[in-house]
Amino acid sequence: MGWISPFKLNRLGMLNMNRRNVDYISRYNSRESYPLVDNKLKTKLVVAEYDVPTPGLLQVVRQQHEISRFKLMADKLDRFAVKPAKGSGGKGITVISGREEGQFVKASGAVVTLGYLERHLSNILAGLYSLAGSPDVAIVEDLVESIPGLARYSFQGVPDIRIVVFQGYPVMAMLRLATKASDGKANLHQGAVGVGLNIATGQGLNAVQFNRPITHHPDMDLALENIVIDDWDQMLAIASRCYEATGLGYMGVDLVVDAQKGPLLLELNARPGLAIQMANGCGLLPRLQTIESLRRPHFTPDQRVTFVKKTFGAV
Amino acid sequence: MTSRSRIPFYLAILLLISAGISLAVWRHLELGIPWLSGEREPIWMVEARIDFDGTGDPVLASLNVPSEPPGFRILSEQAASPGYGFSIVEEAGNRRAEWSKRVVEGPQTLYFKVQLVPDDSLLREAPKRDPRPVPAFWEEPQATAVEELLDQARTRSSTPESLTRELIKLLQPENRQVQNTTLLVSDVNYMNLLSRMLNHTGIPARTADGLYLEDARRRQDLRPFLQIFDGERWLTFNPRTAEQGLPENVVLWRQASISLLDLVGGDESDVSFSMLRQTIPSLQLSQAESTENGLGFLSLYQLPIEEQGMFRMLLLLPLGALIVAFMRIVVGIRTSGTFMPILIAVAFVQTTLVPGLIAFVSVVAIGLLMRGYLSSLNLLLVSRISALIILVIFITAGLSIAGYQMGFNTGMTVTFFPMVIIAWTIERMSILWEEEGVHEVFIQGAGSLFVAVCAYLAMSLPVASHLTFNFPELHLVVLGLILLMGQYTGYKLTELRRFNPMKVYT
Repeated sequence: MGWISPFKLNRLGMLNMNRRNVDYISRYNSRESYPLVDNKLKTKLVVAEYDVPTPGLLQVVRQQHEISRFKLMADKLDRFAVKPAKGSGGKGITVISGREEGQFVKASGAVVTLGYLERHLSNILAGLYSLAGSPDVAIVEDLVESIPGLARYSFQGVPDIRIVVFQGYPVMAMLRLATKASDGKANLHQGAVGVGLNIATGQGLNAVQFNRPITHHPDMDLALENIVIDDWDQMLAIASRCYEATGLGYMGVDLVVDAQKGPLLLELNARPGLAIQMANGCGLLPRLQTIESLRRPHFTPDQRVTFVKKTFGAV
Repeated sequence: MTSRSRIPFYLAILLLISAGISLAVWRHLELGIPWLSGEREPIWMVEARIDFDGTGDPVLASLNVPSEPPGFRILSEQAASPGYGFSIVEEAGNRRAEWSKRVVEGPQTLYFKVQLVPDDSLLREAPKRDPRPVPAFWEEPQATAVEELLDQARTRSSTPESLTRELIKLLQPENRQVQNTTLLVSDVNYMNLLSRMLNHTGIPARTADGLYLEDARRRQDLRPFLQIFDGERWLTFNPRTAEQGLPENVVLWRQASISLLDLVGGDESDVSFSMLRQTIPSLQLSQAESTENGLGFLSLYQLPIEEQGMFRMLLLLPLGALIVAFMRIVVGIRTSGTFMPILIAVAFVQTTLVPGLIAFVSVVAIGLLMRGYLSSLNLLLVSRISALIILVIFITAGLSIAGYQMGFNTGMTVTFFPMVIIAWTIERMSILWEEEGVHEVFIQGAGSLFVAVCAYLAMSLPVASHLTFNFPELHLVVLGLILLMGQYTGYKLTELRRFNPMKVYT
């Protein structure tokens, strides 16, 4: 691996970490909105008012003694996910994809007991997965069934779509596919594949894994060029609406496409990463600056989406 | 919008940095605090020792001590004499050290120490009041001899100085041609005679006692010097060779013609001198002198010694913070915990680098192994961290004892590491291990250690601790730089590598 000159990066309009923090996150994201996105439960409740669909909420476990109620409910369920409300980067999420002789089968295929899940819940409550170890609540959600068209590109985990939304304008998007290396997680720094998407059409552009360009999924050996995301306009509208819901000027919106319910919001991120630029093969800065220089911003999500499709569609 | 809001910010930074630098320069010029700690100046430590036998009566010992000796500056004075009351009394231009005690019996020793700094600017000081010659009276036959000698000297001279030189020569044994000179001169009264004769001719003259400064000499005596007053200042002559001027290595201990030691209530008294040449950093000099100067208000030397030591450490922290900020913002090294590297670096300062590194790595490694077992116990977070803290203390105690038994004192230095910080480091590393794999643990661990070592190297530079402690205002510069880095929006060094694949799209 070599080095690239900063002037070249500048010409590409690559946003760097320092600039993202100083010029975008600290300028456009107000502190009081952070708890909204750092807590999945709060996110779920607030975006619901803006017609943003999320996976169905089955139960919230707030106290240690409520774990017994979880036992009653879990007995009747086949497929669900247990998440810490304040977890970040997919930490502490346990996905149960089926039952086997009364035991629970994890997405990885491992069979676990109810006791394991109860311990997991009490770990979540103690704040094991939360930022700074503060006490947390656990949420139990419907398991998202990824549409088969996308699911075949992902190793185990559900593929999700990250859209960076700047002042309500969806500016850049990528599809994140889990791999063996990422252990079924969709985080790029853990080895997931990122596929850049044309913001206007939802069509695949480039793909990267571990910051290196690839053309095929390393585990499935499927070409990544021809991926097209269905319901793309709807996804852009959902992402755009999250701006009104949270007031965060610069955020990452993580969406999944459910086989039955269509696009759903998984979580919001107030500090979206920079790898999306590498998956798209272009920098964020020119697009962000285009929007910053708008003299008349658009006030409705639909207008913003139309503007984005018109302005950033040509690659 | 950006340019308007940032100009006051940059102005403030400029102000901070220039204020820091100019204050430091000003204090350097005014107080003479050196920029480097290595600058040293010689000083003489002279010790007068008084021995006497107490007779059981109240004792008052009064020693003449130097007052404005030509060519030297007095840096400090101190007396060591257990059980005695001590004070320095100044009267009519004479300074005397006085010891007193109610009942004294048996052999006694009193010490008086003075630190002298050579200073040529103090060579020519005029007395406050012009002295007058003291009239002298001789009986026959000495009177004739005196007149005869003075006549001879007068004919060969033109000024008071030359008269003095000639007179000294005439009084030397090999030149005693004049009759009755032998009658006049004896070794005992020589100095007294000389000054009396000069006074007789109308030249104010006196005897001064000087000390030849030679390194590490003990039991030295004072040597007499002749001083005459030429109307402006006292001139010094060697009473045997008639050489004019004071040798550079002589300090005049006693200048006024008064007694060296007055002792009441003791006998068999004796005064002797020993001396030592020391070189002390010019810093200490200026520090000792700045207490009287108004500019010393910024000096931390006014604090008690204990607090000084604490501040010495505290004032190094901004330097560590600067390095951490630089490494994270500009270079882009990932560390585990933002300021953990500084705390580790501070611990390294106490333990020195290599033993510190070994101790730290072994404590964390052992801790990680034990943490592995803890994680299989499924404990709640708080109790797991608490258990970890106790384990870390066990590990450090074990390492210390094992090191001590094997004869390494360095094992003991483990205790300088902040236990709670180490426990949290282990916990974080362990979670990182489980979630991101060993690779990330090594990257962040190595990054933290690298930054800690850099911070340690900077903090342990002698010039760093010297500057931060003696010029606390320089921290304004550090603050300015850190604020400036907070506005850095350029690429990190590591991002140039990370974004390297983007080359394809240029």
